[in-house]
Amino acid sequence: MSHLPVLIPITLLLSAFLIPLAGYVKRDFAFAIASVGAFLAFAFSLAGLLMVLSQGEIRYHLGGWAPPIGIEYVLDALSAFMAAVVTLIGLVVLIYSRRSVLHEVPLRVVPLYALAMLLLAGLVGIIVTGDLFNLFVFLEISSLSAYALMAIGDDRAPVASFRYLILGSIAGSFYVLGVGFLYFSTGSLNMADVAQRLPALYQSRAVAAAAIFIFIALGLKMALFPLHLWLPDVYTYAPSAVTALIAPIMTKVSAYVLIRMLLTVFQPAYLRDLLPMTSIIGWLAAAGVLYGSVMAIAQNDFRRMLAYSSISQIGYIGIGIGLANPLGLIGALLHILNHAFMKACLFLVAGSIRFRTGRWKVSSFAGLGRKMPWTMAAFTVSALSMVGIPPAAGFFSKWYLLLGSIDAGNWFLVAVILASSLLTAVYFIRVLEQIYASHANEESAPMKASDPPPSMLLPTLLLGAGLLILGLFNSAIVTHILNIVVLPLHRPGS
Amino acid sequence: MSALAGNYTYYITAFLLAIGLYGMIGKKNLLKKLIGMNIFQTAIFLFFIHGAVKPGTTVPVLDSRIGMDAAAYINPLPHVLILTAIVVSVATTGVALALLITIYRRYGSLEETTILERMKQSS
Repeated sequence: MSHLPVLIPITLLLSAFLIPLAGYVKRDFAFAIASVGAFLAFAFSLAGLLMVLSQGEIRYHLGGWAPPIGIEYVLDALSAFMAAVVTLIGLVVLIYSRRSVLHEVPLRVVPLYALAMLLLAGLVGIIVTGDLFNLFVFLEISSLSAYALMAIGDDRAPVASFRYLILGSIAGSFYVLGVGFLYFSTGSLNMADVAQRLPALYQSRAVAAAAIFIFIALGLKMALFPLHLWLPDVYTYAPSAVTALIAPIMTKVSAYVLIRMLLTVFQPAYLRDLLPMTSIIGWLAAAGVLYGSVMAIAQNDFRRMLAYSSISQIGYIGIGIGLANPLGLIGALLHILNHAFMKACLFLVAGSIRFRTGRWKVSSFAGLGRKMPWTMAAFTVSALSMVGIPPAAGFFSKWYLLLGSIDAGNWFLVAVILASSLLTAVYFIRVLEQIYASHANEESAPMKASDPPPSMLLPTLLLGAGLLILGLFNSAIVTHILNIVVLPLHRPGS
Repeated sequence: MSALAGNYTYYITAFLLAIGLYGMIGKKNLLKKLIGMNIFQTAIFLFFIHGAVKPGTTVPVLDSRIGMDAAAYINPLPHVLILTAIVVSVATTGVALALLITIYRRYGSLEETTILERMKQSS
């Protein structure tokens, strides 16, 4: 099964192509094809991950052309891990989305699913490709489908989406510019090949320019402070299901590319030691962690609060990348996984509340704890996980980040991580208080509100339970997968 | 002067990049932002095309008089990359224009300040 790396994106691309055709005949086919496609992609990713862990990395040469001339797709521990996370979250959110989409945007079901599959295909493509320019193409596939997806929604959505389009295009263009500098310096676009040729060119200013351009591009895409301005509006105005699909995975995939650049293409010896890129990322991320948490406290719109909280959580991942030591990077990767689960769960809860009550102001959530007990239980677990209370998963990624900061002797980052946990507690306790302790007031939801139907409730509960399971089994994930990923950081001289 | 003569395309690229960036960030009209984006992307196309040039060589189509000597042809790879990038750019422009049409229908304007005002009125 050496075809696995290419099967994952191809399955998703094919279903994106089939959905408009089948959806033209009958609208319900769109949902069926999307679920089957996402399920197959997840099955392939999981099989790929297991094979990588038992037999080492899988390389697939597109069209039989050997690299560096041909494009190759690579499943190694890092990309197989990320592909499994992205396809799993995609699958769960797609299963959830049917009722929510029919409720919020009934006329746009078919294009929405086609675009969602295209988005997933783009994201998975970014993850599996071993070619720098191919990565750009997938980056643009995912971005273009995201712009269109986000523009479905209320009146303000197209404006937010257009702003994101402009910033996203700057990011895409900067990335190509960076790749151009790399190509003209090394003469290659294959990541492994570029990595081999780069050490001889570490003094070159063109390579430094390439690193800076690519870094700015990815910072924009992953909404790293202060390049986060596009994010809150986009998450707030898009349909619930779309936000739940985009928020947990899209920024993480850009973080993955950053890690890929650090570990594979430029190597830690360059980005950490010669050009102080990782420490800049670390400081910006620390600022983002605090900024995101403080802004989240000030929000009354639940979705907007979650959006700012995303900026803060992306900061954690940035801190881990910035530390660029094994423990820090394990923390970042674990946080990519945990935060994908947490944010997906939280946005599914937000979608369920909107589905049943039509509200999204925190001040109108009073009494929901009794009306929607199961949904709120899932919310509570993910809130605890966001704050970082064991045994929920969020605690363990923060723990590794703390260990990494101590390992690096960076006490400022230790203080930031602890302070931000407190701030996170402030904005989630505010919501929990509304839900469980406040009495219904004139703003609050109608009495008849109840838990959503099983097709929406089960995915939410699954993610909530997943957070506890991930928390309990995190040491297995760290030993078997993440320790292999961070090996390049242990290499002598790096 | 000779440094300027040999590298003038780089200066033009940088100049166009600056114009494009200014258009995207400095202009308040959404359509002008889009035009800025196109200028910005064109600058990058030029950068790649210039990177492919080798003085004294010919177009990368197999010529029986030159044979298989790769050094005698222009590097075709950047051209191919840029063809792909142009397609991406066209697609982005298409999506952006579609968004602009939707925005114009809802708010009756493409001026950012007017749109923000009308957004506030409606909410």
